[in-house]
Amino acid sequence: MTATLEDPPLLRLRGVSKSFGPVRALADVDLDVPAAAVTALAGDNGAGKSTLIKCIAGIHPPDDGEILWEGRPVQLRGPADAAALGIQTVYQDLALCDNLDIVQNMFLGRERLRRGQLDDVSMEQAAARTLSDLAVTTVGSVRQTVASLSGGQRQSVAIAKAVLWESRLVVMDEPTAALGVAQTTMVLDLVRTLARRGHGVLLITHNMLNLLEVADRVAVMRQGRVVDVRDRSDADERILVDLMTTGRTDREVA
Amino acid sequence: MAVRTDPQTGQAVTTPGAGAYLSLMWKRVRGGETGVLPVVGGLVLVSVIFQSLNGNFLTAGNLVNLLVQAAVFALLGMAEVFVLLLGEIDLSVGYVAGISAVVMAWLAQPQIGWPWWAVIVTALVAAALIGLLHGTLITRIGLPSFVVTLAGLLFWEGVMLFVLGNGGAILVSDPVLVAISSGNLPRLAGWVVAAVVVAVFGVVAWRRDARRRGVGLTAPPVSLTAAKIVVGALGAAALVVLANADRGRLAPVYGLPWVVLLVAAVLVVWAYLLGRRRFGLYLYAVGGNAEAARRAGIPLARIRTHAFVLCSLTAGIAGIVYASRLRSISTSLDGGTLVLYAVAGAVIGGTSLFGGRGKMLHGVLGGLVIAAIDNGMGLLGFSAAAKYMVTALVLVVAVTIDAVARRRRPAA
Repeated sequence: MTATLEDPPLLRLRGVSKSFGPVRALADVDLDVPAAAVTALAGDNGAGKSTLIKCIAGIHPPDDGEILWEGRPVQLRGPADAAALGIQTVYQDLALCDNLDIVQNMFLGRERLRRGQLDDVSMEQAAARTLSDLAVTTVGSVRQTVASLSGGQRQSVAIAKAVLWESRLVVMDEPTAALGVAQTTMVLDLVRTLARRGHGVLLITHNMLNLLEVADRVAVMRQGRVVDVRDRSDADERILVDLMTTGRTDREVA
Repeated sequence: MAVRTDPQTGQAVTTPGAGAYLSLMWKRVRGGETGVLPVVGGLVLVSVIFQSLNGNFLTAGNLVNLLVQAAVFALLGMAEVFVLLLGEIDLSVGYVAGISAVVMAWLAQPQIGWPWWAVIVTALVAAALIGLLHGTLITRIGLPSFVVTLAGLLFWEGVMLFVLGNGGAILVSDPVLVAISSGNLPRLAGWVVAAVVVAVFGVVAWRRDARRRGVGLTAPPVSLTAAKIVVGALGAAALVVLANADRGRLAPVYGLPWVVLLVAAVLVVWAYLLGRRRFGLYLYAVGGNAEAARRAGIPLARIRTHAFVLCSLTAGIAGIVYASRLRSISTSLDGGTLVLYAVAGAVIGGTSLFGGRGKMLHGVLGGLVIAAIDNGMGLLGFSAAAKYMVTALVLVVAVTIDAVARRRRPAA
């Protein structure tokens, strides 16, 4: 971790609340997400993890509370606001077009033009460079369609797409949920690479082993609140389970 | 393989030799990305069968007639590709073509006497406006395209019958309008046009491949780029030689038909729109995964509406070609069969009904197959009944080939 105490964190949530009708999905959430580190968000189903990342992505603007970006208060009223700040979200369904190739998917909506025409050459170079910077070497040709890729390769393309769009903070929803062992390792390596390159990463995962393997910090949510934030070194599986189920723990790291 | 170093990433880049590049392409075909190979193979097969049954099929005269006959099918097939790419369908193209033909024939009558160019522009604008109406109903109100364009099929047939009267017809006598489908270029002009087209194609293809090679991206080697241009030149020359042969029975008839140039021009413009412009990419994206396209900020409703406008506009061009060939428009126009041929043509050519996969060229090649069956069976003296059944068989075979190829495509 390179951020010092004086620097404001990349993203800071203060007292963020969100209700859907009578349901209080988020209650007074405080959370810091620093740059150049992986912050994992743990919690049982319905704890509010997805709602929280949707607030950060601008999809559900919070009812109450403050969002600070590098210390400045910001309003996130839509996905475009979040994207303009440099927040990119990789959803579980990845949102890739199977019939388009890797380059077309990575640039979708932000194509580079040259005399009014698609500048395939420049986009292909940039896509290839981003993939090689992230050490994604398994995909072969960047001109193959996404339909021909494995689950882990698709996840890598979705993450590379987020990075390509000059993101500072990459939010990921269950990036390893549908993957086998080897592919999971590949994606977790990629997550570490992102942090090493200076991106802030906020990661939702159900998989405790993955979480402990990849995170620098762990935030635990329960019933719409962040009940605990601690360094990876102060957490193990039993402590996290305690926090997720009861909101407190008496254990020490074994 | 030539190995060199990428100036930007410092990584080794390999430029495959001609053999390696071809085997890469072949691997793709075997993997299920068959492209236009099945339909071209089908076209060759159909030609061989008809030629063996009747020696007149592969004569210069018949082949040129075939191209002229295929023009309406090819144009309607291209029209359908725009909406098939979205996973939608347009059942109204046959009668939209009819409306366009009626507008053209009506305004060109001697007692009204608009000039030919104003007539064509008006007919095309009318067709495009119909597409705008369909597209707006489909995208803004969210009605299914099947229902809206089915209503369109009925409604525009009704309008056409109303204007023409019971069993009525309007003759087209303007020499320019008649020449669209019946006129030929002078022999020398055919060669000049072919030379210009090949030269432009050569420069574009050469510069594109050279640019890719220059920055170290996967590109065909120089020998293959040159081969591509030579094949194009030979194809163009063969077409002009065929067209310049005398194919008249009573008086000499020769020269490249204008309508062949027209279809080729429409194909080039629409293929450019789909392949090189942002709009085309968005059409594929919306057809492939509308939700992903929406999240990428693509205006779904606008893209969809434009597709229906372009579909109807292309159908309008087909209507003009149709009326020009018959030198009239009458209530005998069978827009129902035309639209089924249009969809069948696009699908035979290789375009998917489920969206996201297809090319403009598919509409043209599929239209050629349908015209070839129609023409060849006509030469053999078969009835319309037999033609329909054989066309149906070819359609089923084409879809089967696609389904089998699709199964070999990994994870799709």
